[in-house]
Amino acid sequence: MGAIITLSLLGILILYLGLFKAKNALLPVSILGLLGALAFELYYWNIEAVTLYKGMVLFDHFALSFSIVCISLTILILFLSKEYFNSFSDNIAEYYTLIIFSLTGALLVSSYHNFAMLFIGLEIMSVALYILVGIRRKDKASNEASLKYFLMGAFSTGFLLFGITLMYGATGTFDLTALKEYIVANPTGISPLFYGGILLMLVGLCFKVGVAPFHFWTPDVYDGAPILITSFMSTVVKIASFAGFLRLFSTVLVPLNEFWTPILLTIVIITLFVGNISALMQTSFKRMMAYSSISHAGYMLFAILSIGATSASGILTYAVAYGLSSIIAFGALILVKRHIGSDQFESFNGLGKKNPGLAFAITIAMLSLAGIPLTAGFIGKFMMFSNVMNDYHTVLLILAAINAAIGIFYYFRIIVHMYFMKSEEESQVQLPVNFQFVFGLAVILTIVIGIYPDLIIRLI
Amino acid sequence: MDNLFILLFLPVLSAIILAFIKSSSARWAALLLSLIQLGLTVPFLCNFIPDASVQFAQSFTWIESLGIKFQIGIDGISLPMLILTNGLIPLIILASFAHNKSGNFYALISFMQAGLVLVFISLDAFSFYVGWEAALIPIYFICALWGDGDRIRVNLKFFIYTFFGSLLMLIAIIYLYQQTGTNDLSWSTLTSLKLTESAQTWVFWAFFIAFAIKIPLFPLHTWQPDTYTHAPAAGTMLLSGIMLKMGLFGLLRWLLPLVPNAVAQYGTLAMTLSIIGVVYGSLIAFKLNDAKRLIAYSSIAHVGLISAGIFSLTQEGIQGAIIQMVNHGISVVGLFFVIDIIQQRTGSRNFADLGGLASRMPILATCFLIIIMGAIGLPLTNGFIGEFLLLKGIFAYPVNGVWFAVFGGTTLILGAVYMLRLFQKTMLGNISDSNVQVKDINGVEVLVLVLIVALVIVIGILPNMLLNISEASVSQLLQQIK
Repeated sequence: MGAIITLSLLGILILYLGLFKAKNALLPVSILGLLGALAFELYYWNIEAVTLYKGMVLFDHFALSFSIVCISLTILILFLSKEYFNSFSDNIAEYYTLIIFSLTGALLVSSYHNFAMLFIGLEIMSVALYILVGIRRKDKASNEASLKYFLMGAFSTGFLLFGITLMYGATGTFDLTALKEYIVANPTGISPLFYGGILLMLVGLCFKVGVAPFHFWTPDVYDGAPILITSFMSTVVKIASFAGFLRLFSTVLVPLNEFWTPILLTIVIITLFVGNISALMQTSFKRMMAYSSISHAGYMLFAILSIGATSASGILTYAVAYGLSSIIAFGALILVKRHIGSDQFESFNGLGKKNPGLAFAITIAMLSLAGIPLTAGFIGKFMMFSNVMNDYHTVLLILAAINAAIGIFYYFRIIVHMYFMKSEEESQVQLPVNFQFVFGLAVILTIVIGIYPDLIIRLI
Repeated sequence: MDNLFILLFLPVLSAIILAFIKSSSARWAALLLSLIQLGLTVPFLCNFIPDASVQFAQSFTWIESLGIKFQIGIDGISLPMLILTNGLIPLIILASFAHNKSGNFYALISFMQAGLVLVFISLDAFSFYVGWEAALIPIYFICALWGDGDRIRVNLKFFIYTFFGSLLMLIAIIYLYQQTGTNDLSWSTLTSLKLTESAQTWVFWAFFIAFAIKIPLFPLHTWQPDTYTHAPAAGTMLLSGIMLKMGLFGLLRWLLPLVPNAVAQYGTLAMTLSIIGVVYGSLIAFKLNDAKRLIAYSSIAHVGLISAGIFSLTQEGIQGAIIQMVNHGISVVGLFFVIDIIQQRTGSRNFADLGGLASRMPILATCFLIIIMGAIGLPLTNGFIGEFLLLKGIFAYPVNGVWFAVFGGTTLILGAVYMLRLFQKTMLGNISDSNVQVKDINGVEVLVLVLIVALVIVIGILPNMLLNISEASVSQLLQQIK
């Protein structure tokens, strides 16, 4: 709880700093505050988890580890933001505040123990994002993305809320433990309302994590939003949404898996193919990453599809691997776009010669996204695959293998452009120190987790 | 000095060091480091006791929460492969001296060496898979960065082909991982699993496709000729000399002991595919005019025969396969090196532009002829004993063994025809005007070719050195799967 309070206060503090024109203090204070929140999470690690405020939130290792990942990724993203927001506006305090508020929501989503908190968390997280997506006020794409995201977000929240209502109608409670007791107590006589509630919540959550066929907003929103915000959305927000998703299914809905497994299975298969095949068609790196994030969401759903002892650590490992790689990819895209002015694959031409270090970092990120051994992505994939194998979804795994092979096409396309294509632009891409730091750290973590994954897996 | 781990650690370290060497001395550093690696391999050879046991075994806990261990060790099947890898890589580095590549090039070779060594010494399916993939990434970059022609498309095809095969293998490994109950992926646990008939069937196909793509067996070979042709000389040597042995080795180490019943059931089909590859590769090689492509197809024929020997499940067949894996590695590196020299000197490797080079390059011609003799398996060269044992094993195969041996045996005749045609079209006949000035090989080139020729002859005369190493392990393997 300390972390959530710290972050809420931090957001307000940043706003005040903005009011007093302390522009240079914004970034250091934000990062210090985030580190403080991180320290709180670590402090609670060894304290036995009990539900707080009459069962509203629960900070168990599951919640804490997802929170730690979200906070750490936000810190990395904020490191990249130095100088970035200045390019759109003079009033940059709001952006830091909004990111921090959105992170607060993300922490709530990963630690809720009551549907009221899930709803509040999702709203805090999303409302801040609606604004962030549209922060380039004069840019049409950014505005369109913001509007689209807002409409879709409101729509999906509606579904979610309706689902919660139906479940409440059936059980009379919002509390996860009570809901679970209801299912255990009435193994045969579960109200039809409850099933309707499951379906609607499933739709709402699928909208939030952006899996097909509820994915239509993702490419346009990811494409229209400023790159840094896209990286925040596709990492922190997505990871937190998955944590919330998994929490609902693993604590409450496991006994009813015969009901929802076929539905989720269909969703996973559609997601894998839609995400991958669309990613294959893209000519813009940013849109490719958007579609590939859809297919990664499909892989992450594997853990929910067959909930077992390793589901949570599997999603966590996968999410960390995916988050680190995405930050490298989007960070590199910021630099390249600033330099060349375009986010097409062609902008990366010749990067292997001009900036070998940067190209190496992108290569590691792509290998990790493709799931090649000795990178974190492989461990994530291994855990996801072995999760599903538990229930003998062998056909699903064969389909996943085909998709992973398709994935090579577009992940390697960027490698091909970096190393094998000549560029007309001879000058080097400027690599500021903060970017060097973030890339270095992300590459090292990707490889270290790839070689010694116990670091992450044993957290939960 | 019998800590096996050092053989994995040194190439990784070398790769890191070499990546930072920018000057032209990178090749010397690479040579030195690969020679140290070779030197460190020698004690394992000397201290190896030729019985069926696993020696120098080491086991570490790797991913404790998943129950995955890191287990390595050497037996009579992996030792020849280990020596082949560590012995050929210095030769390959020497052979690419003339191209004087940057440090990154050698760093990739070193990294690949680590992956290859891991594949050959690992006794755990997880680390095997890691090595399998770790060897793939560097060779992709070597071939795509320093290759020629349509290298980008060709290498992407190669990568996706093999990556898809690996994924099938990964799924099978994960399936086995679930079956153990103890979450233990070690070789000894996996091979003692009692799998049901249907499980054996699909695990067989998953592994078989992965290995067959790598070997490559007909009809999964389509990536191979293009990749070999457009790769740089060193890349082709690495691919054909060492990397394809990963697939053959995988058959021996994993496929046969894992799913013996399925092997018995589908072995004939695998055998048929292998033999089709022999005839198909030979026939195409016979029609080609591009020397490098010709050797690529001849390689399909040779590995087809080796794989047929493995599936014959006889002592002779498998021992012949192991010795022939080593022989093929040596010969094919020699052949590709000769083609590379010819291409450097004359600017072409097409028969239309070549001919009569023997008069200008007598030393090259002599070495070339001896290597060719080894490749077609004349007595007193290394290929003879290998092909003899292979055909003997195939002949003893209970189902249609005679026919398999007859068609497999065509490799001897066809091989002689296309190899001698290769020699004739390049070395004999009239020299074209543009090639009158070419100089014979010198320095490093002589050294490499003389070493290869020496190996061809020494193994040809004393094949027992290698056969003794593998004999006990092979008979144990056969007992295990009976």
